[in-house]
Amino acid sequence: MLIELDETMPLRTSDDVVRVRQTVRIRAAGAGFTLVDQTKIVTAASEIARNTVDYGGGGELRIEVLRNGQRRGVRLTFSDQGPGIADIELAMKDGYTTGKGLGLGLSGSKRLCNEFDIKSSPGQGTVVTLARWK
Amino acid sequence: MPDDNLVIAALIEKHQQTLLRGWLAVQKRDGGASDSGDADLSKRFLDELRAGTAAGQFNDITTAEWKGMRDLLEDFSRERVAQGFTPTQTAIFVFSFKEPLFEMLRRELAVDADRLAEQIWSLTRLLDQLGLYTIACYARTREEVIGRQQQELLELSTPVVELWDGILALPLIGTLDSARTQIVMENLLERLVSSGSEIAIIDITGVPTVDTLVAQHLIKTISAARLMGADCILSGIRPQIAQTIVHLGLELNVVSKATMADALALALRRSGKAVVDRARTVETRGSGE
Amino acid sequence: MSEIPILKIRDCLLVSIQVDMHDRLAMALQDDLTQRIVADRARGVMIDISALEIVDSFIGRMLNNIAAMSRVLDAVTVVVGMRPAVAITLVELGLALTGVRTALNVDKGLALIRNIIDNSEHPDAHRAG
Repeated sequence: MLIELDETMPLRTSDDVVRVRQTVRIRAAGAGFTLVDQTKIVTAASEIARNTVDYGGGGELRIEVLRNGQRRGVRLTFSDQGPGIADIELAMKDGYTTGKGLGLGLSGSKRLCNEFDIKSSPGQGTVVTLARWK
Repeated sequence: MPDDNLVIAALIEKHQQTLLRGWLAVQKRDGGASDSGDADLSKRFLDELRAGTAAGQFNDITTAEWKGMRDLLEDFSRERVAQGFTPTQTAIFVFSFKEPLFEMLRRELAVDADRLAEQIWSLTRLLDQLGLYTIACYARTREEVIGRQQQELLELSTPVVELWDGILALPLIGTLDSARTQIVMENLLERLVSSGSEIAIIDITGVPTVDTLVAQHLIKTISAARLMGADCILSGIRPQIAQTIVHLGLELNVVSKATMADALALALRRSGKAVVDRARTVETRGSGE
Repeated sequence: MSEIPILKIRDCLLVSIQVDMHDRLAMALQDDLTQRIVADRARGVMIDISALEIVDSFIGRMLNNIAAMSRVLDAVTVVVGMRPAVAITLVELGLALTGVRTALNVDKGLALIRNIIDNSEHPDAHRAG
């Protein structure tokens, strides 16, 4: 598998969230994603990016554009050094929220992507990896 | 031998005309076309070969020195695909060069059998790599073409019909696979927006079977249409499909009618329209209409 | 004062969301709308999202909040112009717009508001979600 592009963006403010959406859109379009696929991954990115800023105390996003034979994909890795998630299974349930959100960020993003992985524990921060393939 | 490559490069230059003539003859004989375009291409191949061999190594054509050659072969393969040549006919271009090349080497290095064998061996490996690279480019180009054609075919087979002001119909025909269904459904939603239609009749009379995946796409499309401010009516569900749907435990949650005619009648009613029988008057034919 | 202009058309307020929204802007918009509904005695609020390329749960929450506040103030909220790609993604995301009706465009949105206001208690077939 080839990594065609590898870049990192800071995720500290709401403006960063906006920039993340714009950049992910450009990378997805560049990888040849259809409009609907672009929308799905940008929306998932927006959800997790907001989580990183709002709950994770800020962090960063790593964007990789991948090629696996004929297929191309976009992989996003969100990481923060925040408080971490105590019960991941609970957090992944639709509607569960510790804030004023709709509780769809994690579960919804998983549905929007082909690959989803989350590593988190109290005091250890959180790493969420999303990937969508064309 | 370190200066072998320079020797090869020099030999190629020295015998360029002979090599070209011999090569074009073999290409013609073995099935490649032979016209002025090919003569020019062959000359450029020789130029690149000279440049590549002069630079040094014959073992790895992925390095920078061989980029010119790679680009040449890639463009060449692309053209051959477009012109409808087979992979073999395309690769012959490269492999057929061996004949005139080795002929020339035999004459030049006749006195030193060992050296001759060595050269032929290393050049064979080089030309094999180049030939294989040509085939790989050909295959890649062909896949791209097929992919594009598939896409075009999918787009052509998504017929959305405007039955009336604000009423669209999507008559689905044939077996639906996941990819096609997605594209068809996205197309329907786009047409709802562009035509400002609030009702879409999805008719599946012509669909023999519906599996879980297709049914899910249908359900998602109907939900999406509602989110946008439109609605759907399903028509043409045959008894077998109705059984499958119940069997799969799917909640369709959409009004469905047996025939498209029934669906149209409902759509017209919802749009606040009525179809009336006009009283027929007896007309006098002839003068004055 | 939010940077998003709020227009008045008869007894309806029209908001057109053109920019990428962040928290401050969304909060300001909700505040402004609430004030304007009261000040202008608006019976309908129309939110045009035709310029939005994505709607995530944050925007969804904002729309639901606006609808909830409007209802308390006896106004109807209609969201118009949702793009197909956005609709498809929202379905996948599992996001339901509660208390928000939808229409394809501004024209139909106004007609819908008119319809609802005129038939005050009449249940409507255009409920979203």
